[in-house]
Formats: sequence, C-alpha cells, structure tokens
Amino acid sequence: MSKESSQHGHHHVLPLSTYLGVASALLILTAITVWVAQFHFGEWNLVVAMIVAATKAILVALIFMHLLYDNKLYLVVFASSVLFLAAFIIITMFDTLRRDDIYEFLEKPIHSNAAMYQVDSTKTAAGMDSLKTMMPADSTAK
Amino acid sequence: MAATVADTKASMAYAEVNYLNEPKGLKSWLLTLDHKRIGLMYFFAIMTMFFLGGIFALLVRLELFTPKQDFFGADTYNKFFTLHGAIMVFLFIIPSIPAALGNIILPLQLGAKDVAFPRLNLASWYVYVTGALFAIYSMVTNAVDTGWTFYAPYSTTTNTAVISMTMAVFILGFSSIFTGLNFLVTIHKLRAPGMTWFKMPLFVWGLYATALIQVLATPVLAITVVLLMLERGLGIGIFDPAMGGDPVLFQHFFWFYSHPAVYIMILPGMAIISELITAFSRKQMFGYKFVGFSSLAIALTGFMVWGHHMFTSGQSELSAVIFSFITFLVGIPSGIKIFNWLATMYRGSITLQTPMLWAFAFLFLFTIGGLTGIFLGAISLDIHLHDTYFVVAHFHYVMMGGTVMALMGGIHYWWPKIWGRMYNEKLARFSVFFVFVGFNVTFFTQFILGTRGMPRRYYQYLEQYQTLHEISTVGSWLLLLGFAIMAFYLIHSIFKGKVAGNNPWGALTLEWTTSSPPPAHNFERQPIAVNGPYDFDKVAAEITYEGTPGFGETVVAKKETTEVKH
Ligand code: HEM
Ligand SMILES: [Cu+2]
Repeated sequence: MSKESSQHGHHHVLPLSTYLGVASALLILTAITVWVAQFHFGEWNLVVAMIVAATKAILVALIFMHLLYDNKLYLVVFASSVLFLAAFIIITMFDTLRRDDIYEFLEKPIHSNAAMYQVDSTKTAAGMDSLKTMMPADSTAK
Repeated sequence: MAATVADTKASMAYAEVNYLNEPKGLKSWLLTLDHKRIGLMYFFAIMTMFFLGGIFALLVRLELFTPKQDFFGADTYNKFFTLHGAIMVFLFIIPSIPAALGNIILPLQLGAKDVAFPRLNLASWYVYVTGALFAIYSMVTNAVDTGWTFYAPYSTTTNTAVISMTMAVFILGFSSIFTGLNFLVTIHKLRAPGMTWFKMPLFVWGLYATALIQVLATPVLAITVVLLMLERGLGIGIFDPAMGGDPVLFQHFFWFYSHPAVYIMILPGMAIISELITAFSRKQMFGYKFVGFSSLAIALTGFMVWGHHMFTSGQSELSAVIFSFITFLVGIPSGIKIFNWLATMYRGSITLQTPMLWAFAFLFLFTIGGLTGIFLGAISLDIHLHDTYFVVAHFHYVMMGGTVMALMGGIHYWWPKIWGRMYNEKLARFSVFFVFVGFNVTFFTQFILGTRGMPRRYYQYLEQYQTLHEISTVGSWLLLLGFAIMAFYLIHSIFKGKVAGNNPWGALTLEWTTSSPPPAHNFERQPIAVNGPYDFDKVAAEITYEGTPGFGETVVAKKETTEVKH
C-alpha cells in the first residue's frame, strides 16, 4: 500500500515526440478505417472494424490517459471492465448469430422495421402485420 | 490479548457513551456520516420492505388456497406477485446484507474508523430511499404486472406503471454501486496494521467479491431498463418483434445482470455463515484460502451462465449447450464452501446458540437450493421444469433458505454488538423452529407441485393440486408466526435486554474487541491484527465461557494459561 508515489504531485511527463507519434498513429488508423470501408469481408467486417477501433482506444487509454504509467491496479480495473463488456457481447452473439440453427427466419438485422424508421407510423401499431412481413412464407405457414 | 480483571469487568458492561446516543437528535441521524448509523438506517429500510413484500406474499398464498378465484382477480394477482418479487429482490435482499449489516460490521472487522467514503455512503442511503419512493409511486398509481423480470414485449405494451417501477430499479442500482465501490476501496485501503489479505475475516472476503459484482454488473441493469423505457416511450424497436426488435435480446440484457445479482444476494450470506461456523465451532476455518477464493470464483464464473434462464426462450442451441456446461461449473466453488464448512465443524466444540441454529438452517436449505439449481441447469430437465413451481421452490430455497437464513444468523450474531444488549434466547429458538418448519412446509410442497406440472404465475389451477397448495399456504402462516416472534423479542431486547458485554460469543475478529455498542469512532486505540481471525487454537486458553453455553451468558477473557497447545 505504499507504492502510490505517482499520486503525490509528481506527474509523469512524456516527451512531446511521444504525443505527436501517437497522434499521427491515430490519424493513420482513421485513414485505414476509411480506406478499408470499400472492401467487403462479409462476416469479418465487424472484426476488422473492431480491431482498428480497439487499437485506437488502447493507444488513447494507455498513453494519452496515462494508464500505462499509473498504479497498475488501475490498468487491471480498466482491462477487466473491458473484458466483461466483451464477454457480454461475444456470448450474446453465440445466440444472435446462430439463432437460425433452429428458426431460419430470425436471422435478420434488428431494427429494420422499427417504428422510428416507418413513414406511416399508424401501421406499426397494428403490430403483428409487420412481423408477418418479416417471416418467409414457409415459416409462417407452420 | 491478555486481559486484566479490570478489563474483564469493563468488557461485561454496557458502553454508556456510544454511537447510538452521541450525538443526539434527529438531524444528527439524517446527516450522519457514521457507517454504523447509516447501516442501521438501511436496516430499518430493508426490514420495512421485507414486511411489505411479506404481506404481498401472504396475499398471493392466500389466493392460492383454493383452485377458484377467492379474494381478487387475475389482474390484481399478477400485480401482487410482481410487487412481491420486485420488492423482495431490489428493495430487500440486494441491499440487505451488504448495505445494512456489512455497513455496520465491515469497518469494525477491519479495525477502521469508518468506510473510505462516508459521504458517498450517506448518499447511497438517500439514493436508495429515492428509488423506494419511485417504487411506491408505481405501486399506488397502477402497479406493475410484468413479473419482476420485466420481459419485453409485454412490459413495453402493458398499461400498468412500468416506467416508474423501472425508474426505481435504475435508481436503486446506483445505491448498490455506491456501496460496492465504497467497500472495495475500504478493503484495499483501511485494513488495520497487521491485517494482510489472508488475515481478513471471511465476511470481508465475501463482501469484496460481492462488491466486484455490484460494480461490474449493475450498470448493465441500468442500461437494460433505460432501453426498456425508451422502447416503451418512443417505440424504437429494440426488443419488440412487432417493431423489428428481438425479445430474446432483452432476456440477455436482463440476465447478464440478474444472474450475477443472485450472487450479490448469496455471497454475503455465505460470508456470514463462515463467521458463524468458525465462531461456534471454536476452530480455524478449514481451507481458509479455498473459501476466500471460491467467493471470487463464484463471482467470476457467475458472469458467464446467464443463459440458463433462457433455455426455453428460443436462444440458439449452441448458446444453450455452452450455458448449461458453464452452469455446472458454478456448482464447484459452492460445493467447496459447503464441504469446508462441514470440515470446520468436524471435531469442533460446537455450541448451539441461536446464530449457529440459523447457520444450520442455511446449510440444510441452501444445499437443497443449490442442488436443484443443478437439476435446472440440465437442459433436458429444464424443458419440463421451466416456469413451473419447481423453479419457484428452487429459488426460494436459495434466496430465502440461503440468504435470508444467513441474514437472520448475522442479525442474531451481531445484535449484541450493535445494541449492546442480548435478546431472549428461548424465544429466539422458537423463532428459528417456526421459520425453519414453516419454510419447508411452504416450499417443499412446491417442488412436488412443480414436478407434477403446476405452472407458476397462475391464480387459478386444476383441482388435483389443491391439497399441496393448501399445505403450502398454511406453511406461510407458520413463517409469519416465526417472524412475528422474532420482531417481538428483538424490539423488546433493545429496551429491556440483558447487557451483552463486549464479546458474548468469545469470537476473535476485531469487532469484538471494542465496547458494545461501539463508540462513534469505533475503537479507543487503533487495533492491531496479531492473530488470524479464527486462530482459536492459539488463543483458546485465554477465552473461556462463564456459565453453561446456550442462554445468553457472557463469555469473558480470562488470562490463566496462555501456552499454546498443539
Ligand atoms: C448453484 C447455484 C445455482 C444454480 C446452478 C442455479 C440454476 C438456475 C437455473 C438453471 C434456473 C433456471 C430455471 C428455469 O428458468 O427454468 C434458475 C432460476 C432461478 N434462480 Fe437459480 N441457480 C443457482 C443459484 C441461485 C441463487 C444463489 C439465487 C438467488 C439468490 C437463484 C435465484 C434464481 C431465480 C430468482 C430464478 C428464477 C428466474 C425466473 O425464471 O424468473 N439461483 N437457477
Ligand atoms: Cu441464473
């Protein structure tokens, strides 16, 4: 409990070159995001986009926000909260991406006919009509 | 540890100046920063909620006495069981052990003056009260009939007061986060000199694991109810299939919080049991480290099993298999605890005072609750048992048979420390008896009902179930009797109870070294943790009983032989 020197006034000062280096890395990564958008990787689109975005977030958190130089406990806390978020999203996707193993009509992006996207909002109030249009004819027939 | 005759006399007295009477006045209570007072304020709040939730439970059971409609109709019945569940979960059991007992005892056990952030602590109480007011507002306007789980799309379309109730849940979540955060920092920073991580009492370990879950999981609950409110207000179409949403997604959101939340409920209960078993067996905890780490293991694996509530919801087969497998894994650390408690008692000098009786009730009932959880984790069986009374029995054996029994054990254990006075042990035994018998009469019948196909959440049923339902309802009256006796002798003891002394049970954790009730700043001198919390073998010679153990007699420290015998 005695290794808290970093909290007592003296801040870790980084050379300007580090800041500029990180800033340009962030800009380059942004350029990559734009450039990569023209390719279609299908299911891997999300993975590629997340890798780029996560790299940027990590750079900002570690260097701009000084997580790398602070008490390592903060790094552990931060990393574990990110891990929990990842666990939530990934495990949920075991379901949402594989739902059609049982019900072939459910693998669709959600939202597509949400009320806020409908021109005629009175129609959605009727509810079940729009659900039927979502399902292929054979599955409604069951 | 050696005590002189003068010390011994003092340790039997009632501390005239203590946190209860110094400073005086209502304002000094409402603006207090003292963790003990805040804990007591929480205690009154949760007991009020236990009472309210209990009334709804009795009403639900009353309606189920016959297969026909007797006292109220389907809509009222739906509201009553929803209010019972929501109150018991969000307003009673989640804050119960951490925010009430934990607040009072944790700093004392650590040998600290207070928690790390006293103002945040007070804020958490006010946030809790605000949340409770929202819940009450919802109750008196149109109440909620969705079940405590608020499943979409029903919750986005029913005309009951869903928004004020989910708002209450949102607010209550923050009070829980505040408490968790406060405890984490307190445990890291404010341990007495000499108290290493492995000299911490196991109650502290349990609260630490609980606090981790509170801080990590509760935000997801907040997000869930915000999405639900937005969906209901604006028709965004996240959960409602009629609007292109995914109702199973709601269940993912909900259970990602709510399964870990069952560990927010049970871990502190297990933590109390560790204290009781060691104190009343007068033995070192068998496998101390395993018990401590199993709390962490439960907290972490508990995050990965939420889909076992959704086996019949239409989630993918892949998910169901994964969730089922991980669910079995959670059984391991729980099993470790049970066996370590049993091994601790083996050849201990066990005394059957009231708190220990509650601990036995816990061991018996939680084991049944946990094992039936494993049944439900097996997909093929859950297909049949899901949404039947079997599930109702299972989670009552865990939440009530587990957490509530432990809470009662904790209350009876620390009562003399909190009030400086002892309750009537004879009446206390009657209370344990009626609650234990009443509990089993009420809920064991429900296992049978469930396996025979009685669905949950119905106010009328087929005549073939009537006998078992009648027995169950009579059981609920026995429970009422048990708790009424308890309320009587506990309140009586505050005014008329025998003076308890500093350490009526001869336990070794630090809270027993200060006077009862403790002074505002907890300790006269900074305590130092010399021995481990359960080193009864090292200090056994110093602490002896005066009189026959059992009926509220006082244990005093005597220095006769201090040699350590091995
Ligand atoms: C050994 C640990 C446990 C296991 C393996 C387990 C397993 C399960 C499973 C598989 C279900 C789903 C049953 C169904 O919906 O058909 C369930 C339901 C439930 N469990 Fe547990 N459980 C455990 C501990 C707990 C604890 C500690 C609590 C509370 C303190 C709890 C409270 C509940 C509740 C409230 C439900 C009902 C959910 C609902 O349908 O509304 N469980 N449990
Ligand atoms: Cu669960």
